[in-house]
Amino acid sequence: MKPFAYHQPDQIPDAAKLLTSIEDSKLVAGGMTLIPTIKQRLASPVALVDLSKLGSLKGIIDDGASITIGAMTPHAVVAASKLVQTKIPGLAALALMIGDPAVRSRGTIGGSVANNDPAADYPAGVLGLGATIVTSTREIAADKFFLGLFETALEPGEIITAIRFPVPLKAGYSKFKAPASRYALVGVFVAKFADGVRVAVTGAGPGVFRVPPMEAALSENFDPSAIAAIKIDNDGLTSDIHAEADYRAHLVTVMAKRAVDAALS
Amino acid sequence: MGNVIGIGASPKRKEDQRFLTGRGNYVSDIKRPGMTAGVFVRSLHGHAILRGIDKSAALAAPGVVAVLTGEDVAADKLGSLPCGWGISDAKGVPMKEPPFPMLAQGKVRFVGDMVAFVIAETPEQANAAAELLTVDYEVLPSVVGVLEAVRPGAPQLFDDVPNNICCDWELGDKAAVETAFRKAAHVAKLSLVNNRLIGNPMEPRAAIAEFEPGTDRFTLWTTSQFPHVVRFLMGALVLNIPQHKLRVVAPDVGGGFGVKQFHYGEEAVITWAAKRVKRPIKWVASRSEGYVSDRHGRDHVTEAELALDEYGKFLAFRVNTLANMGGYLSTFGPNIPTNLYGPLLGGVYTTPAIYCNVKVVFTNTVPVDAYRGAGRPEATFVLERIVDVAASEMGIDRVEIRRRNMIPKEAYPYQTPVLVQYDSGDPMGCLDGALVAADVKGFGVRKAASASKGKFRGLGYSTYVEACGLAPSRFAGRLGARGGLYESATVRVHPTGQVTVMIGTHNHGQGHETTFAQIVSEKLGVSFENVDIVFGDTDRVQFGMGTYGSRSLVVGGAALSKATDKVIAKGKKIAAHLLEAAEVDIQFEAGNFSVAGTDRTKSFEDIAGAAYVPHNYPLEVLEPGLEEQAYYDPVNFTYPGGCHIAEVEVDPETGTVTLVNYTAVDDVGTVINPMIVEGQLHGGIVQGVGQALFENAVYDEGSGQLLSGSLMDYCMPRADHMPMMKVETHSTLCTHTPMGVKGCGEVGTIGSPAAVINAVVDALAHLGVTHVDMPATPNRIWRLLQNASLPVAAE
Ligand SMILES: Cc1cc2nc3c(=O)[nH]c(=O)nc-3n(C[C@H](O)[C@H](O)[C@H](O)COP(=O)(O)OP(=O)(O)OC[C@H]3O[C@@H](n4cnc5c(N)ncnc54)[C@H](O)[C@@H]3O)c2cc1C
Repeated sequence: MKPFAYHQPDQIPDAAKLLTSIEDSKLVAGGMTLIPTIKQRLASPVALVDLSKLGSLKGIIDDGASITIGAMTPHAVVAASKLVQTKIPGLAALALMIGDPAVRSRGTIGGSVANNDPAADYPAGVLGLGATIVTSTREIAADKFFLGLFETALEPGEIITAIRFPVPLKAGYSKFKAPASRYALVGVFVAKFADGVRVAVTGAGPGVFRVPPMEAALSENFDPSAIAAIKIDNDGLTSDIHAEADYRAHLVTVMAKRAVDAALS
Repeated sequence: MGNVIGIGASPKRKEDQRFLTGRGNYVSDIKRPGMTAGVFVRSLHGHAILRGIDKSAALAAPGVVAVLTGEDVAADKLGSLPCGWGISDAKGVPMKEPPFPMLAQGKVRFVGDMVAFVIAETPEQANAAAELLTVDYEVLPSVVGVLEAVRPGAPQLFDDVPNNICCDWELGDKAAVETAFRKAAHVAKLSLVNNRLIGNPMEPRAAIAEFEPGTDRFTLWTTSQFPHVVRFLMGALVLNIPQHKLRVVAPDVGGGFGVKQFHYGEEAVITWAAKRVKRPIKWVASRSEGYVSDRHGRDHVTEAELALDEYGKFLAFRVNTLANMGGYLSTFGPNIPTNLYGPLLGGVYTTPAIYCNVKVVFTNTVPVDAYRGAGRPEATFVLERIVDVAASEMGIDRVEIRRRNMIPKEAYPYQTPVLVQYDSGDPMGCLDGALVAADVKGFGVRKAASASKGKFRGLGYSTYVEACGLAPSRFAGRLGARGGLYESATVRVHPTGQVTVMIGTHNHGQGHETTFAQIVSEKLGVSFENVDIVFGDTDRVQFGMGTYGSRSLVVGGAALSKATDKVIAKGKKIAAHLLEAAEVDIQFEAGNFSVAGTDRTKSFEDIAGAAYVPHNYPLEVLEPGLEEQAYYDPVNFTYPGGCHIAEVEVDPETGTVTLVNYTAVDDVGTVINPMIVEGQLHGGIVQGVGQALFENAVYDEGSGQLLSGSLMDYCMPRADHMPMMKVETHSTLCTHTPMGVKGCGEVGTIGSPAAVINAVVDALAHLGVTHVDMPATPNRIWRLLQNASLPVAAE
């Protein structure tokens, strides 16, 4: 770890200003991803801007037709939230499947979404529910936010303040854990709304993506059998020492079926 | 008489008090005055010519004390890292033994090979300076797999090792095997891979070295399973430090599993460097650094054939193995896939003829050496797998074929055709016990229940034997050992009757401080609390070969038992004098010396007191003091074994294998502490399950990069992978160790991989699956099912 300066602003504009004014500075939320990279000397920011003193970034709010989760809300809090469990149980279930208890107590939804790890769980929930990413400067639709491997629509200095999730009729998440890391080898989030179904896949490729044929089929008939025969193309899927692309493609169908099952139960 | 806690009791482990309260003393806890920090710069390439190293920028970096490279090692004319075993081929030609310099010279041969050592005031400064070192590599193609390495045209690691073959080793009667194969009614064949493993002890390796100019003495604190052997190998063979000028301390060590039973280059470099910089130096490996420098285990490719008569009796067994040695020969490297493998191919069966050929091969990977089980899990896996293959091909029940070939209890001692002679055992008894404990009768019902959920259930057996208690020195010497393999213990009775034991084995999780104290408590009748076990310091312990090969209780415990007997014998002499009786009339029981047939007694404490305050004492014929030492060299290996039964459920949709039941009935001889034995079994089984289902060290052919280079990519078994295990013992006594003990440290790892894979194959047998390579990952199982063209499972 190389030495760095440490700032702990208590206003969002101050945080944004620090971030833009100090070159090579970085936001730190739960630090579960950032700190290990700094320790391994894979990243060496000159300054860290800690978001933990920004009270407005914490908490879960019931907006009626949607739920707004502050960016600094840890996974464990989302998993344990009665509100989330009641209105979007699939999202609470997703949060509970992230990492281990220590990671869930520190890691935040904002950090996970900003990081956009290709095997992270939240991106599937955010895209699957068609959530809105609320930042210090604007609102971004999930469909426009995730741009592939660790890439997002965030501009330099832009801070995620909250994620707003529309409440679906039904939603479910099914995750096939990578054996060693327990990130998603393939994770599928399925959400049924009055106007149709969304299916989002994480882990299988370089970034989270939707599966239109499954969405169409499930909009017709929200049942696992509707998608059992839908295979997704291996092309562009990840092949590594844990899973080959065709196996990942196969798992997308299996996990999608199980996600529908979870949504129905 | 005090609080005797003796053989057969399960007291809580003494050492856990300090471990569980955070008061352990590990190498990285130790701070020395003026201590600097060292960092190794390691090769990023699997294979490259070292054209030069530019130190200037690193030397100029803040806080840097020194930067040392292979050229400095060469200039000081230091030795190569020694290999402790010299094996030979069938014609007696010794193995190829290229030098293993402690810092690379001329070439690097694996990712992680050390090219420089940077010493600075702080670890941060050393790391920063290490990044400034410019190493000029001419990258060469790497070869990482054994099959690839022996192919014509493969990259050659050493100019004088053609085809990368270190030794073409063989064992057994080739002609007799060929004859038997010609007469066979059936020949079962099996090709398999024994996957490469990374040991992953919880504590990464670390070392501190210090030189005292006033006395010319060196001290090395190191995470080692055998400090005396490090002192010998490093002092005598690498650095030319006289033995009396070198102290090696291995304090609390957080797990070893073999990884810490080798003399590593890091130890030699840091010790040598400490004198050059005249300051203590500390190095602590990161987990990632351990992945590319801790010696790996296993890594075989094998073709096996079993010849049977029409009744399924084994006539002969032939095994051809390519064993990966990595880039250089590590301390025990060539011994593991040869002497600890071939002699175990008889298993618990009466196979009359066995032949084994092992080509020991260099590749551009971390050196491979012993890892829990070391050679014996590999042998067990080949044998127990092919027995299942033969049974299925011949339509004989898997338990029945084992029974037909098992060595009956009455036939012990049993001479195998592959050197070893089993002294005792009862494999049939273990099998019978396991069948009951595993409720094999109820399996059909459980299988049907799984099927109703769309899952395939399978049962797998492994009836195995291993050889441990390393080792009879004379026998080992004939096989190529360059050292002895005895053990030593000193029993020091204090004037007040408390006891300190100095023993040459090393406790790094096995519970020796408890088990050995129980032996002393039982034999001397002293309180369990009044016995302390000292180990891991060449200045405090007379000598020792350390802990590996399930030898600590078997060999070290035997030395301890002998030394304790000597204490009793001397105590009787003192008691005879004090009680004015003849020595032959003195009895020692429950901590009291008494004159047979009288009520005249002296307590153990009285005798200890008299020995150190010898006013009324036979000084003319007896030395004062009560301290005895014994060395013990075993007359044979010990042969623990047993029967393991694994039960798995396979999800055909995802290929996931879930271990649902596990039963082990093992013959470990006398059990000193049942709780500790159970713990050793649990841990060993989990490690074997790890090999069978999860763990795999994967290198990239060509670049030599380790693809499974961290815990994010190398899958260790976790608690939630395991069912509750049923662990029982069915013991026969070892006939040649003082207490009848056989050892239990490795049995779990040896018996389990075959049981698990046999269960997986059983679950998929109806689809025509005959073998699954380890680890049986979901992807691999799914692929097999694809090839078996399984219809898509209905929802
Ligand atoms: C052992 C382990 C297991 C894990 N397992 C899983 C798993 O199974 N599934 C999974 O999805 N994740 C997993 N994670 C990752 C975990 O969920 C992290 O918490 C998450 O990826 C990052 O959240 P964080 O709050 O720790 O962010 P940090 O590490 O603090 O930051 C991550 C990145 O996001 C940026 N950032 C943080 N907050 C904001 C914000 N509000 N606005 C803009 N940018 C921001 C930071 O600058 C940094 O670049 C695991 C992590 C560990 C250590």
